[in-house]
Amino acid sequence: MKLPTLREVGTEARLLLIGIPVFIWTMIPIYHMFLFAISPKEDAFSGKLWPDHPTLHNFSIVFHQQHYFLRDFWIQFGNSVIIAVAVGALTLIIATCAAYAISRLRVPGSRIVMNLALFTYFIPAAFLAVPMYRTMGKYGLLNNDWSLILAMVTIASPYAIWVLKQASDKLPVELDEAAVMDGASPLQIFRLVYVPLMMPSLVAIGTYAVLLAWNEYLYAFLLLSNDKAITLPVALGNFLAADDSPWELLMTTGFIYALPPAAVYYAFKRYMVGGLTAGAVKS
Amino acid sequence: MAITLSASDSALAEAPRPARLTPPQVWGIVMLAPYILVFLAFVVYPVGYGLWLARDPASYVALYNDPIFARAAVNTLIFLLVGINLKMLIALFLSGFFVQQRGWIKWLSVIFILPWAVPSIPTILSVRFMLNPEWGVVNQLIFKFTGEDGPNWLNDPTVALGMAIGMHIWKSLPFWTLILMTGRLAISQDLFEAAEVDGATWMQKFRYITWPSMQTLYITCTLLSMIWTLGDFNSVYLLTGGGPADLTHVLSTLGIRYLRLDQLSLAMASIVCAMPLVLPLVYFMMKRLSR
Repeated sequence: MKLPTLREVGTEARLLLIGIPVFIWTMIPIYHMFLFAISPKEDAFSGKLWPDHPTLHNFSIVFHQQHYFLRDFWIQFGNSVIIAVAVGALTLIIATCAAYAISRLRVPGSRIVMNLALFTYFIPAAFLAVPMYRTMGKYGLLNNDWSLILAMVTIASPYAIWVLKQASDKLPVELDEAAVMDGASPLQIFRLVYVPLMMPSLVAIGTYAVLLAWNEYLYAFLLLSNDKAITLPVALGNFLAADDSPWELLMTTGFIYALPPAAVYYAFKRYMVGGLTAGAVKS
Repeated sequence: MAITLSASDSALAEAPRPARLTPPQVWGIVMLAPYILVFLAFVVYPVGYGLWLARDPASYVALYNDPIFARAAVNTLIFLLVGINLKMLIALFLSGFFVQQRGWIKWLSVIFILPWAVPSIPTILSVRFMLNPEWGVVNQLIFKFTGEDGPNWLNDPTVALGMAIGMHIWKSLPFWTLILMTGRLAISQDLFEAAEVDGATWMQKFRYITWPSMQTLYITCTLLSMIWTLGDFNSVYLLTGGGPADLTHVLSTLGIRYLRLDQLSLAMASIVCAMPLVLPLVYFMMKRLSR
């Protein structure tokens, strides 16, 4: 009677022995950021694990833009929102149309387009950044929101097209055939049959593109430089330019910047896990 | 090509056009056009232009003579071989932990995904501050307990590169653990029950059941992770800035460094030099995924 319980305790202890380090490892950078965000300046640098006087004062400084580094906080926040939403919308439109054409309409040469798109997906974005920077300069788009939007759409759409194509290949062909029999045009099938059926994948892809654009640092920092044109991550990076930068304010801004994508991620987790991870690595 | 086979026959019969395309195919081309335009304007043109910039053999000679380039190439290899394998082994191990049926493990898995869900910039900066030699919390604690000054973490190239690898693992470990978990959950439980009856040990179950059914997934993940890690700019650039003395650059940050120094042809040449590493991986992945 006693032996199995002892073994159960042993298993549980071993699991805890893995679980606790995993928890600490995961939380350290995030907790450190949170700690700075709620600490007044003098507590922030004392090396304590909990501030003596936790406060929300830092948030009020950020929201009222009461520091040199934060004077354009709301404009930069707005830039991030506009760019993320525009990238999400454009990627959805372009990728859905392309996936429909490739998977359902069977355009000649669509296989080549799919392979080219996949190829772009696998080339690391950091390697495309240098030529992209020059090209945007040639197009006269530098320091314009559109340069970042178009660059991010270029990066997001290959994967979007691929995931949507995989999903639409699973829809039965009979649906299209029945709609054609009823005299529906390709556009009507697209609008009335295809898009409604693809909704879960579309939500996943839209979220993917929005998060990708919101989180992007490298391209934003290359393509936008004007203080009123940059997005939040670039503004965060600019804090490092000065030696005496206010860390507690930087961490507060970073915390505010990190909240929306985390919320979006957890809200759409159901779609993300089903729609994306299944597509990410098909084996 | 077998494309004409699938074009619906009724459409062909009703519309005998001089052109070979059926109306749905014309619509298809129209709907494919936006992506093709984006592709031409923002992939084909930049890549062609970049290759044209990198055509001068003198840039490669200059690269070859630049010690920073050699160092970056070595760093990239260390990053890939040590970082990725370590990460994937931990992910393989943790995927086995997270498939255990326990309430608290379910909650832990929700927290565990946080590094993947939050943007990398604030967390990288957070770690950077933690490691600051004077005010960072790590050295504060070292001082508190030992009374001695802690090391200047990011000023030692080996430690700094190690920290960058750690940062990369911190960020992407949850994603790969999640993927490997789906692989583990796809294995039939009957196999494990049968092994249990036969008195198989934990090691034997892994060796003869888990590993054989997961090795394809594991290798695909490792290769994909290698490609993505080659493009990991943030972990290195924001944590160490390539420093100290440009000793911790990897190939993805090196191109940007040359760009900022206004040496555009060197920047492109360094990217072209990374291609022998990237293209075989890409080719292999494309063969796997376009089946």
